[in-house]
Amino acid sequence: MAEPGGGGGSGGGAAARAGWAVRSWWLITGMWIRSTMAYRASFALSLAANTLITFLDFAVLLLMFAHTRQLAGWTLAETGFLYATSSVALGAANVLVGSVGGLGERVRSGSLDTMLIRPAPALAQLAAERFSLRRLGRLLQAFAVLGWSLTALDVHWTWDRVLMVPALLLCGTVIFCALFVGCSCVQFWWGEAAELQNAVTYGGATVLQYPPTVFAKELVAGTVFGVPLAFVNWLPALHVLGRTDPLGLPAAFRFASPLAAALCVLAAGLAWRAGLRAYRSTGS
Amino acid sequence: MRGGVYWSVARGAFRRYATYRAATVAGTVTNTVFGMILASTVLALWRTRPGLGGYDAAQAVTYIWISQGLLVTVAVWGGGFQDDLQARFRSGDIAVDLYRPVDFQGWWLATDLGRAGYQLVTRGAVPMLAGAVLFDLVLPGDPLVWAEFLLSVALAVLVSFGLRFLATLTGFWLHESEGVRAVMTVVSMFFSGMLLPLALFPGLLGELARVLPFSAMVQLPADVLLQRRTGTALLGLYGFQLAWGAALLALGRAGQALAVRRVVVQGG
Repeated sequence: MAEPGGGGGSGGGAAARAGWAVRSWWLITGMWIRSTMAYRASFALSLAANTLITFLDFAVLLLMFAHTRQLAGWTLAETGFLYATSSVALGAANVLVGSVGGLGERVRSGSLDTMLIRPAPALAQLAAERFSLRRLGRLLQAFAVLGWSLTALDVHWTWDRVLMVPALLLCGTVIFCALFVGCSCVQFWWGEAAELQNAVTYGGATVLQYPPTVFAKELVAGTVFGVPLAFVNWLPALHVLGRTDPLGLPAAFRFASPLAAALCVLAAGLAWRAGLRAYRSTGS
Repeated sequence: MRGGVYWSVARGAFRRYATYRAATVAGTVTNTVFGMILASTVLALWRTRPGLGGYDAAQAVTYIWISQGLLVTVAVWGGGFQDDLQARFRSGDIAVDLYRPVDFQGWWLATDLGRAGYQLVTRGAVPMLAGAVLFDLVLPGDPLVWAEFLLSVALAVLVSFGLRFLATLTGFWLHESEGVRAVMTVVSMFFSGMLLPLALFPGLLGELARVLPFSAMVQLPADVLLQRRTGTALLGLYGFQLAWGAALLALGRAGQALAVRRVVVQGG
């Protein structure tokens, strides 16, 4: 059997493997959905609560804007656009691969072995593990806020700006997926450190919900040149909203999200392979 | 004799949480990161509205760091004994817990106090220190105020335990209290003052927030440390926390009595 979840290969082989990975994810996910539906009352409550809890962040924004017309020079509609795009990207990534955070538990107990000997990519299995439909709550709420902000924005909609919105949602989702996977790889070595991932993913998404002018310049620079969070929505949003860059970066950065997303996926892939290679099961 | 059991359970819980060092470090880093993010946003708001809600900018930032320190200690987000208890509902081990010769509620309260003690000295204290280094905070120099703060934190844990115990009890009926727990998380994050000081809540919402038990978890301990309540007002604050704590524990007891009967029905 080939090295599970990894291994070389070329051309059609790679495409077939990717297809099989997606199919495995889908099969396992379907199984978890059926299992969730066994407890319908709990599920309905969870979904409602999940939608509400993600709305809380936005309620905080609303409360803040109840006391001021502008936050660090940005209006509620503009901040709402940042909030919504950040939440859609995080929410979609969380639905797709959010479960990889459970990696540490499997490394600690050694039960990752079970996944490695099954004839499906380990990453796909892990990403679909304990899949919970209630994570759709964040996505629902985020799209609702996005819809509102798009109508409330005072923006001259040219075709490039219109196209930019779905493009940034797509690239943002890919970046957050890569961050989820990449950060959870730390758990191959440090099994209990699951929360570090939260600092990057949920913490990152919270940063992006606010205007960049709220934060110190060093932090904003860190999201461009360090953990490339700024490419999720800050930089492309500057183009959509027609605002000036607080860092004064070249305009090309506003269109560089696909490149940043590709680099993130590459880095996450390398981290995953390095982690799998370092995995020694438990007791050794 | 009896007290000794609970004391050693609490100590055991403290040590159990102390075993996971990497988790503590990771969690502390996370709290610090969120503290920095929220402190920046609050500073931006107070720059346009100095003195909002009766706080100056430094006090508002201090409030944010206090609330980050309390988030895990008081388990505003849920968790602690809840995870263990939920797992025992699912596995059926709960039946064993019920015929142990110690009080069911008291046992879990002891574990939760042990947990809170550990979280206070790690995930409570370290982010506060980091906040004091990174931002201008207004913290009291008088050790008496710190002692008053610690007392209100202990009462906050009691109220939080009472609420989480009730939420978990629904597991007896629903078999799965995940949903109820999620709802509880929403409500307590919002009404505890975890997100913003309750003074910023407009009108009726603010009034409601001040009478619900959730404010006892974050807003009130923060009030004590920021010295917004002193003298008789401080006694009133303790009274509010204590009254809610006692009421919730009593409710939990009543719920438990009902629930135990339910388990017997299921088994027979």
